[in-house]
Amino acid sequence: MKRRTLLASAAFAATLGTAALAQDTTKACFVYVGPIGDGGWTYQHHQGALAVKEAYGDKVEIAWQESVPEGADAERVLTQMALSGCDIIFTTSFGYMDATNSVAAKFPNIKFEHSTGYKREHPNVSTYNARFYEGRAVVGHIAGKMTQTNKIGYIASFPIPEVIMGINSYYHHAKKVNPDVELVVTWAYTWFDPAKEADAARAMLDQGVDVITAHTDSTAPLAEIAKQDGKAWGFGQASDMATFMTNDDGTPGPRVASIIDEWSPYYVKRVGALMDGTYEQVDSWAGMPEGEVVIGEMNDAIPADVKAEAQAMIDAITAGEYHPFTGPINKADGSPWLAEGETASDGDLLGMGFYIEGITAEIPN
Amino acid sequence: MIHLVKRPQPSRFWTAVTPILAVLLTMVVGGFMFAALGKPPLEAIRTIFWDPLFHEQFAAYSRPQLLIKAGPLILIAIGLSIGFRAGIWNIGAEGQYIMGAIAGAGVGLAFYPMESFIIFPLMVIAGALGGWAWGMIPAVLKTKFGTNEILVSLMLVYVAESVLASVSSGLLKNPDGMGFPGSRNLQQYDSAANLEIIPNTGMHWGVVAAFVAVIFAYVLLTRHIRGFHIQLAGQAPRAARFAGVRPARIILFCLGLSGALAGMAGLFEVAGPSGQITIDFNSGYGFTAIIVAFLGRLHPVGILLAGLLMALTYIGGELAQLMLGLPGASIQLFQGMLLFFLLATDVFTNYRIRFGQGEAA
Repeated sequence: MKRRTLLASAAFAATLGTAALAQDTTKACFVYVGPIGDGGWTYQHHQGALAVKEAYGDKVEIAWQESVPEGADAERVLTQMALSGCDIIFTTSFGYMDATNSVAAKFPNIKFEHSTGYKREHPNVSTYNARFYEGRAVVGHIAGKMTQTNKIGYIASFPIPEVIMGINSYYHHAKKVNPDVELVVTWAYTWFDPAKEADAARAMLDQGVDVITAHTDSTAPLAEIAKQDGKAWGFGQASDMATFMTNDDGTPGPRVASIIDEWSPYYVKRVGALMDGTYEQVDSWAGMPEGEVVIGEMNDAIPADVKAEAQAMIDAITAGEYHPFTGPINKADGSPWLAEGETASDGDLLGMGFYIEGITAEIPN
Repeated sequence: MIHLVKRPQPSRFWTAVTPILAVLLTMVVGGFMFAALGKPPLEAIRTIFWDPLFHEQFAAYSRPQLLIKAGPLILIAIGLSIGFRAGIWNIGAEGQYIMGAIAGAGVGLAFYPMESFIIFPLMVIAGALGGWAWGMIPAVLKTKFGTNEILVSLMLVYVAESVLASVSSGLLKNPDGMGFPGSRNLQQYDSAANLEIIPNTGMHWGVVAAFVAVIFAYVLLTRHIRGFHIQLAGQAPRAARFAGVRPARIILFCLGLSGALAGMAGLFEVAGPSGQITIDFNSGYGFTAIIVAFLGRLHPVGILLAGLLMALTYIGGELAQLMLGLPGASIQLFQGMLLFFLLATDVFTNYRIRFGQGEAA
C-alpha cells in the first residue's frame, strides 16, 4: 500500500514536472561547498541540517551534497535537487548566488535559501547571514587585553565588506582597551588553504604579533601559534576548534576562545515555518541575540577579569544593549563616520569598503 | 608460474576490450565499496550509470547535462591526445583552460554593454589565443632550453590560478557586485552568452566545437601527413628524424593546439554554463581530461565515448549522493578506480599471459 502510493505520487510528480513527492514529509536539502568533515564552515552548516532532523524527526527528510564546485556544477546539482522532491534548498556558499537565483526561477514552488549573498531576484529566494562582527568585537577585546607586544593580527581572506567589517570590529575593540595596540592584516586570498594560512600566521609571529584571529577556516594558524609555547594566542573560527583549547599537559592551549557559526536556530525556524504555512521571503541577518553567533568557551589563558568583561560584552550584545559599531568612530582618512552615540546602519556595514581610524594598512584592490 | 610475454604488436582485440573490462571491474569493486559503506550496491551502480539516462524524473534534465559536462572534457582531451601520441606531455591543460576563459571573458566584458553579433566570435578567438599562449610557454622553453614540459605546464596551472584570483577580485570584478570578487554574469549579456543552440538539448557552441574537434583529429591522424609525423615522432623518434620530421615543430604544434583547444573550452564554459569568472571558476576539467584521453585510448572516437562516460559518472555520482546519501569522496574514489583498472588491464594489450613453465624471455 505504502509502496503503491509512493509510486503513484512519483508518477504524479513526474507528469507535473514539479517536485512535490509526498505531502506529509517536508524535504530540506543542503548544498555544501566543502566536505562535511572540514571542521569549519561546511561542518557547521551540516550541524544545522542535523538539528532540523533532530527537531522535526519523521516529519522532515534531509538530503545534502558536499564539495559542490561553485558555478555550472552548482546549477545542475540544484536542479537535480529540485527534481528529486526537495521542498526547501539551502545553498551555503556565496558563490552559489547566481545559480540559486536562476534555478529558483524555474521552480517557483520550491523555496531557496542562499547564505551570505544579496540577490533575491524571485519571490522564492531568501538570503541569510550572521552578524559575525559581533563575535569579532568580543575577541578584539580579549586580544587588546592579552597582547604583550601590542601587536595583534588578522588573517583576512578576501577584501569584501564582510571581512573588512570583521577587521574593523576586531581592531576597534582592541584599541578601546589598549590604545597602543597595532593591527597587522595579512591577505590569504583563500577561505580554506591550510598551507597558506600557516604561512600567514608564521609571518605575523615573526613580526612580533602575539594574538591572531583568522577569517579563514582551517586550524592551521592555531597549529602554528601552538609552536610558540604559550607566548602567542589565537581563536577558533567558524567552529569551536576545541582540540586546541587545552595542551596535552593540561595547560591552556593556544585557542583562548572561538567564534562559532551556529546555523541551527535559523534552519529549524525556516523549515518549521514552511511546515506550518507561515513561511515568507526574508533577508535575515541575525547574530548573538538569536543565537547564531556564539562565543566558544574561554580557556584559562584569559585572566579572570578579562573573561568577565568579555562575558559582559556578550551579554550586552545579546540583550540588544550594545552595538559593536557605536560612535564616535572615524574613518582611516580621518573623516568622521559615526558621531558620539550613533550606531552603524546595516547598509553602511554591508557595503563597508574602508578601514576605521588607526588602521594604517591599505585595503588591496 | 605465470609469465608475461611481450606481444610483438599490441593486441587489437584487447585494445578494444580493456576499457569495457575496466568499467565492469570498477562496477564490481565499487559495488563492494558501496556495500562496505552500508549502501545498497546494485542500487548505487544503477543510480550512477542508469538513472541519468533513463530515470523518469531526472533523465529529461540530465541527458542534455551529459553533453554540457562532456563537451569541455572532450575538447580538451582531443588536444591532449594529439600531443600524447607524439610523446609530448601537456599536464597543464587546467591552466590553459583558465587563461582561455580569462582572455575570452575579458574581451567580452571590454565590450559591455554594447550588443553586436561580432562579440562572441571575437571572444572565442581570444579564448583560443589565451590558451594557446599559455601552452606556448612550456613549448618554447622546451625547444629553446630543453626544459621538461610536464613540470613547466603543471607549474603554470598554479600561476594561472593566481592570475584567476587576481582578476576576479580586481581587473574583471563586477563593478555592481558590492565589492565581492567575481565578474559580471555573461549569461545575462546577450552578445557574449554561449546559450544553447536548441533549447533543452544541452547543445551549446562548446559541444559543437567538441564534435568538430573529434572529426578534425580523426582526419588529422588518419589522412594528413602532419598526423603521421606526430605518431611517428611518438613511436620512433629517431626514425622520425630521418624522415625529416623536425621535433621542435611538432612540440610547438602539439602544445599550441592542445592549449588553444583547452582555452576554447574555458571560454565556452565561462560564457555558458558557468557564466562568471570567479576565484574558483576552474573545476578540474583540465586534469579530468587527461583521464578521458587515456580512457579513450588517445583515439578521437574513443575520447568522444570516454568523455560521455566520464560525464555520466559525474552526474550519476551527484544523483547517488543526493538519493542514497553516498559521501562525495566515495564518488571520486569510484572515478579513480576507473583509470586504475584501465591502466591495470592495459597489461593484456601489450603482454600475453602464459601459465606453467615458460622459457626465459
